Amino acid sequence: MSKTVNQKAWFFVLPVLALVAFNAIIPLMTVVNYSLQETFGDNVFFWAGTQWFQDVLGSERFHAALGRQLLFTFTILIIEIPLGVAIALAMPRTGPWVSVCLVLMALPLLIPWNVVGAMWNIFALPDIGLLGHTLNALGWDYNFTRNPGDAWMTVILMDVWHWTSLVVLLAYAGLVSIPDAYYQAAKIDGARPWAIFRYIQLPKMKRVLTIAILLRFMDSFNIYTEPFVLTGGGPGNSTTLLSIDLVKVALGQFDLGPAAAMSLIYFLIILLSSWIFYAVMTRNEEW
Amino acid sequence: MAKITLEHLRHSYMANPPTEADWALRRLDIDWDDGGAYALLGPSGCGKTTLLNIVSGLLKPTEGRVLFDDLDVTDLPPDQRQIAQVFQFPVIYDTMTVYGNLAFPLRNRNVPEKEVDQRVRQIADMLDLTDRLDSRASGLTADGKQKISLGRGLVRSDVNVIMFDEPLTVIDPHLKWVLRSKLKELHQEVGRTMIYVTHDQTEALTFADRVVVMNLGEVVQIGTPVELFERPEHTFVGHFIGSPGMNVLPCELADGGASIEGHRVTVANASALNEPDGVLEIGIRPEFVSFADQGLPVDVVRVSDAGRYRIVDTRLGAHSIKLLVREGESVPSERAYLRFDPERTRVYCDSRVLT
Repeated sequence: MSKTVNQKAWFFVLPVLALVAFNAIIPLMTVVNYSLQETFGDNVFFWAGTQWFQDVLGSERFHAALGRQLLFTFTILIIEIPLGVAIALAMPRTGPWVSVCLVLMALPLLIPWNVVGAMWNIFALPDIGLLGHTLNALGWDYNFTRNPGDAWMTVILMDVWHWTSLVVLLAYAGLVSIPDAYYQAAKIDGARPWAIFRYIQLPKMKRVLTIAILLRFMDSFNIYTEPFVLTGGGPGNSTTLLSIDLVKVALGQFDLGPAAAMSLIYFLIILLSSWIFYAVMTRNEEW
Repeated sequence: MAKITLEHLRHSYMANPPTEADWALRRLDIDWDDGGAYALLGPSGCGKTTLLNIVSGLLKPTEGRVLFDDLDVTDLPPDQRQIAQVFQFPVIYDTMTVYGNLAFPLRNRNVPEKEVDQRVRQIADMLDLTDRLDSRASGLTADGKQKISLGRGLVRSDVNVIMFDEPLTVIDPHLKWVLRSKLKELHQEVGRTMIYVTHDQTEALTFADRVVVMNLGEVVQIGTPVELFERPEHTFVGHFIGSPGMNVLPCELADGGASIEGHRVTVANASALNEPDGVLEIGIRPEFVSFADQGLPVDVVRVSDAGRYRIVDTRLGAHSIKLLVREGESVPSERAYLRFDPERTRVYCDSRVLT
């Protein structure tokens, strides 16, 4: 079937285009502007070319932050996606408990990010926090403000607590949209629970899971508030993820040029990896 | 392979159904012989899908038993009943190839791979799917997918009965006919018991040797297509099967005979007319009504052309009587007389034929 192309339709897109221009394209171009110049304030600029980009890409500090970021994102994806699917599978499909489960699941998502950070900060304090105190009472010398390993564990635990719900809700939506006939046919075909999961539930959840992974990937790559409030990027630089590092460069040191270059590189990494991921996940599909 | 017996079956979706109308199935006793082609015909909501799910084991009946041969399977789950079902919407395993789909029920039952291969190829050949075996099942058209669903039932050699739940709903009209005749052909080839649920009389009558007509959770008649047409036992069967449906006219008894609006009508079941208690009606199909020189005086109201014949709408007092007139025969205008074929005219009491 051939599609009709109507060029007039572009006019209807114009208002949105203007809006996007003002809140995305123009600010982005400002950043591009900063990234190519040197300034000492007073609106005086000197051309810097690709100097900042070379500096950022060659800096060990950036490599370390990117490495931590990749490790963080990978870890939370590997935990949250299977855990979310497992919880969704365990949730009831009908009956009064459905809404109870859904509300419980949605609760962490409703809490503002900095509140989540503050909550976990207090929760994990070694002397008075419920988690920190309990762990210490059990004989584990736990202190997330001093020990990088403990800090990592706490940041990841917090993210899992905060965001697994999103995966659960999406996976659950995928599960309940599977018509009963599939389960009935599988029963008749003698399929065991694993086969039902592998050949019916997982394929039918594929689309929502693609969305879930994509959202979690982008969000975790962008994450700032929660770890900032919880650990402030410490101890040392051990939990300084990309965005925290970026803020340190831009606002802490006020190095606008390198910070702008870093933002653009950061942005391109997310854009490129999301696109590759999406293209790979949907290569055999007609959407 | 088995004979299927449904014994005193009742089912309700409620825990304690307060009234008779809350029973999805009111009372059923049916025997299905091994190897037969049966259809369950009835309007939406008459309980035919409920009945099907009870036979397949997806539902447990509130009361009564389901027997396969002499084995009580009422409490057995579907996978232990050796049945197959084709659903209204094609159910296929998207990520598998056509081959994988057909092999799935066998592999789940740990059939040796060599035998799987042999069965799958044989069934694919029957269903004309051989050249698609290696393509992904999700790429097939609706009729292809429906063939796969059917194939998953056919590959198993131990299947007692294959059930179809309105399988042609999503099939394009021009392919319906093809698939329907394929089904008939397959039935003769494999000799399995097949139960076909539908609300479409053409599908039921062309597929089945015996049709079970259901209405409001009850079986109203079980018979061959010819019996349903020529000897409807219930006015519902008369209405539901045939186009246009049977004429049903209120009648009264006088001098040991039946009459409509005071006009005497000869009926086939005259011997049963001794003091019946209930609402009396006369039923006659439009096919068996003809114009005559004398008989019931009617007014011709409307003539509609239906191709090889015309449907003539006439009026007797407040009642409408339809009849079919073949192409080329003349239709009187306004006043005319009707003759009912006495062999095909029956008196019904409370909708059931008097015997």
